[in-house]
Amino acid sequence: MRHLTVKRVRIDDTFAEAFTMRATGVIITADSAHWARQAAVTMTGFATSVIGCGCEAGIDHELTPRETPDGRPGVRVLLFAVSTSELQKQLQTRVGQCVLTSPGSACYAGLDGDERLKLGNALRYFGDGWQVSKRFAGKHYWRVPVMDGEFVCEATTGLSKNGVGGGNLIIMGQTVLGTLAAAQAAVKAIGAVPGVIVPFPGGIARSGSKVGSKYKTLRASTNDTFCPILRGAVSSALDADVGSVLEIVIDGLTPEAVAAAMRAGIAAVLKLGPTRGALRISAGNYGGKLGPHHFHLKDLLS
Amino acid sequence: MRPLVLSLRHRPDQRLDLSPLLPHLLARRTVAEIEQTAVNTTRHRLSVGDVFRVRAGDAQQIRIEGSCDRLDLVGHGMRGGEIIVDGDVGIKTGRLMSGGRLVIYGNAGPWAASGMTAGYLEITGTAGDRLGGPLPGEVAGMRGGVVVVRGPVGDRAGDRMRRGSIIVEGSAGSHAGSRMLAGTLIVQRTGGPMPGYLMRRGTIVLGGAGALISPTFVDCGTHDLIAMRLLARFVQVYSKRAASVIGGPLRRLAGDMAVLGKGEIFCPPE
Repeated sequence: MRHLTVKRVRIDDTFAEAFTMRATGVIITADSAHWARQAAVTMTGFATSVIGCGCEAGIDHELTPRETPDGRPGVRVLLFAVSTSELQKQLQTRVGQCVLTSPGSACYAGLDGDERLKLGNALRYFGDGWQVSKRFAGKHYWRVPVMDGEFVCEATTGLSKNGVGGGNLIIMGQTVLGTLAAAQAAVKAIGAVPGVIVPFPGGIARSGSKVGSKYKTLRASTNDTFCPILRGAVSSALDADVGSVLEIVIDGLTPEAVAAAMRAGIAAVLKLGPTRGALRISAGNYGGKLGPHHFHLKDLLS
Repeated sequence: MRPLVLSLRHRPDQRLDLSPLLPHLLARRTVAEIEQTAVNTTRHRLSVGDVFRVRAGDAQQIRIEGSCDRLDLVGHGMRGGEIIVDGDVGIKTGRLMSGGRLVIYGNAGPWAASGMTAGYLEITGTAGDRLGGPLPGEVAGMRGGVVVVRGPVGDRAGDRMRRGSIIVEGSAGSHAGSRMLAGTLIVQRTGGPMPGYLMRRGTIVLGGAGALISPTFVDCGTHDLIAMRLLARFVQVYSKRAASVIGGPLRRLAGDMAVLGKGEIFCPPE
């Protein structure tokens, strides 16, 4: 593949192909940042890929007490799914099982918009008739009695039909540890970009996939062209010096947010350099015919 | 743009019905047309020009100067715009309001904000009985919007209230929040006897202690609830003094158990 070299790191002349997804967000608060984070981490567990989890979810960013509706530390969580109904189901289940149950938690809308998903409106029945509806300041809240006091939950949250899923960076290095260091640097940089999540463990996927499999029941299987140990056995995309590959998948509320995240990730990898980090950066696509959003790596070098 | 100004010439001999003087009704009307608007409540006809000096201006901002307690139905059915009143007003101020901003720099009579569904009503002085309450035969009282009274209010404030918020910086008379269906009533000072009498749902906050509360309310203990913090933030926009009584732990009384019993009164811990 054609490439250009920046700071001795090879950048493939290719693009990440991303898709339009349904997106929503919630703000979770608690008595401490630890517990807000705990609820968010629990809620976004097993939400790495729509292929097997129903949705992709992650922590967008943490919020100071000044930034939250109730003046407590908080976390903004974003969720992405392929359909509105699936997103509603995932939101309801995850908030109900992971946030409602978390000590001292409260949950508020994390996204504006005319189109809404049920949040407290779906969970209020847990109150068994003791739930209380409160409307003020143009907001509608549900107060559900729980054993440590009350679970306050906004009635609805916003739905975006313009979310972007599948922005990605494929980071290739000589060693496992060097590649991991580069990927971690990229994830850290992406963490500062608002409106995006990196849903895989620690933001990093080591098992990038291709569509389909030799086994009929599998919708996705290992991305053999990027597996170092298959170099020579398959039509490999890897150079001789690449011994490890990691992928960062990025979902965002807008194409601009995904582009900003990819730009930040690339910059972090380049800053680390090839000696301590990665030798090469690429991106995954399906030939450009499936996803409406194309993020060309060469456009993201700034 | 200058406001449309109506200056009362003298205290009228009869009570006046000011319900025709609304921004949406006066829009694009000339001063002469406005002056011919009837405001009498007896058989003796009185028009605006008989009792007010009218100064042309934007009808979206109406200013009534030199008002007195014989001016009834100010802002009745108001949908938008702004009415500012310098002086007292009579009964049913802001009744059936569905939008806009109505400010009374003075006292208001009974049934202010009665049946209000949206908008903002502020009374800098006192408000009479049945603030936000229904007229006889009506099922519900206030159904939305925000009412702020800087002084005390009379009996049965928030009677049969269904939605919306009433913030009282003074004290309340007897039976505040009686028969409430929902909504929020905040009294910065103390309430008279029997607050929340026969309330089904809704929230009453009493900033002062000592109100005689019906034995049909049960003590749920003292709690520091997140919902109260949200409420305090909302109230702070309208009244820092009233918001100050909401922050922190409050004693919760559930009731009225004589009816549905899903309402609540918050008051200072004992």
